[in-house]
Amino acid sequence: MGSKKKSAVMGYTKWGYIFLIPFAAVFIVFQLIPLASTIYNSLFENYMSGLKHIGPNFIGLANYTKLFTSGDFMKYFKNTMIMWILGFVPQILVSLLLGAWFTDPSLRLKGQRVFKTVIYLPNLIMASAFAMLFFTLFADTGPVNSILVNMHVFAKPFKFMSNIWSVRGLVAFMNFLMWFGNTTILLMAGMMGIDTNLFEAAQVDGATATQIFFKITLPLLRPILIYVMVTSLIGGLQMFDVPQILTDGSGDPVRSSMTLIMYLNKHLYSKNFGLAGALSVILLIITGILSMIIFKATAQPENN
Amino acid sequence: MNANKSNGVSIGARRAIAYIVLILLSFLCLFWFYVLFINATRSNGELGRGFTAIPSTHLIENMRNVFHGTLPMIKGMRNSLVISSFTALCCTYFSVMTAFAIQAYPFRGRQAVFSFILAIMMIPTQVTALGFVQLVNKMGLENNFIPLIVPAIASPVTFFYMKQYMEANLPMSLLEAARIDGAGEFFIFNRIVLPLMKPAIAVQAIFSFVSSWNNYFTPALILHKEHVKTLPILIAQLRAADWLKFDMGQVYAAIAFSIFPVIVVYLLLSKYIVGGVAAGAVKG
Repeated sequence: MGSKKKSAVMGYTKWGYIFLIPFAAVFIVFQLIPLASTIYNSLFENYMSGLKHIGPNFIGLANYTKLFTSGDFMKYFKNTMIMWILGFVPQILVSLLLGAWFTDPSLRLKGQRVFKTVIYLPNLIMASAFAMLFFTLFADTGPVNSILVNMHVFAKPFKFMSNIWSVRGLVAFMNFLMWFGNTTILLMAGMMGIDTNLFEAAQVDGATATQIFFKITLPLLRPILIYVMVTSLIGGLQMFDVPQILTDGSGDPVRSSMTLIMYLNKHLYSKNFGLAGALSVILLIITGILSMIIFKATAQPENN
Repeated sequence: MNANKSNGVSIGARRAIAYIVLILLSFLCLFWFYVLFINATRSNGELGRGFTAIPSTHLIENMRNVFHGTLPMIKGMRNSLVISSFTALCCTYFSVMTAFAIQAYPFRGRQAVFSFILAIMMIPTQVTALGFVQLVNKMGLENNFIPLIVPAIASPVTFFYMKQYMEANLPMSLLEAARIDGAGEFFIFNRIVLPLMKPAIAVQAIFSFVSSWNNYFTPALILHKEHVKTLPILIAQLRAADWLKFDMGQVYAAIAFSIFPVIVVYLLLSKYIVGGVAAGAVKG
């Protein structure tokens, strides 16, 4: 009896492996092998010099040192971070504020669903089309300049696309618009998870809305805040569509809005495989470290 | 009463401030699309004369120019639709299957597999792009939709969502009962598990459809021939063209053509989408 039952169990546990096959096969072929060959490529000199193909020759870590000593990597890393911070700071502040308002029972805001629907909308828009739209709207002869000149804000059209900080500002602004609705919804879910007795007790003790926010809501939101921040940073490192389309891949003016992935994309198109590989591996390592932070941050409360 | 005093500012004033900020933010979100709509209805000549807030009458003419223009927009939309639909299908069906494997069968190494999938969740597609493109070229799959659809079978994020949903909504006793009735495991998966997972599948199908629809980086590396290009690649081409020579009414109409269908679908499904984001958040 016992052995028969055991074999029946064994009989269908093997289906666990069978159902895992599609995921495992696709993961190995389309992610693991490409990952391994990317790392492998990073150790070789392999690029096009004019029409001549150089390499592949094994050169160890020379691609990595070249990446850091040429200064381009640090420059584009700095650009990426500047544009991420410019977009993220207003994003997290606005999201915290909206989240606090939406979940405040004493405020009883009406039309919450409509507002949430509207602020989440830009997140689903094709980033490339959104960037193209901003490019035409903020062109020298575009509607934004036309409105600003009519309102006498500027005497003549402002060249948004020729100024370092207006291009970076536009990229950051688009990222802000696309992501603050998503962040608001995430933070709201976290805020609604907080025990309402805490708020009531604080109110009975005479705490103001501001005090409640800083002394109760924020500390309890810490894990989800870290989650939002680190996932946004990982997303920020992957910033590509918006600056790529807005500046037509050039990162102009003077490559001040060129991001790391735009740089990678450039190497991929020019078949500069050695440097592209090294750049990918560095990005992978940074992402890995950031992911560890998420795991630590979100695992902590369960242990306590 | 009590709240009024302790806050310093009255509830009414705080509520008014909240509404003003919300309306301003909503304006910031919608303004650009309003301008897009207006400008898509105006002719090139009218656009040259500066902005007005009232729509004109050239929408159909602009659209006709887009469809007969140099960029194959209709084909692009068809390609985008095909790739995104199959991606959503592959992604949801196989993510449920993977989640089911780990949820329902106590095989050896189950916990390790689960941890492994969580660990690879954050790997960005861009860092494997180099190897991916080389592999696709070696397989002779350039200008083919397969390398854009099939990888969706291994989607750790969708898998995680399905697994969470399954924990709460799939009673193991149901599987036992089906087995006693003589049902095979594949039958159980397709006829019992999938129907139970419908709400989760609907939410994740929307998300995977949209992210495939919007994807620009990978398709641009794989699709080079004119007739297989997707909408984001065509938008990039529109940007790279010497756009001052363009009929601007046509440019706006082309952008509108790639943005408005998504907005319409979103407004129809917004209840599920916003709910889906929140549901993912509670667990994430």
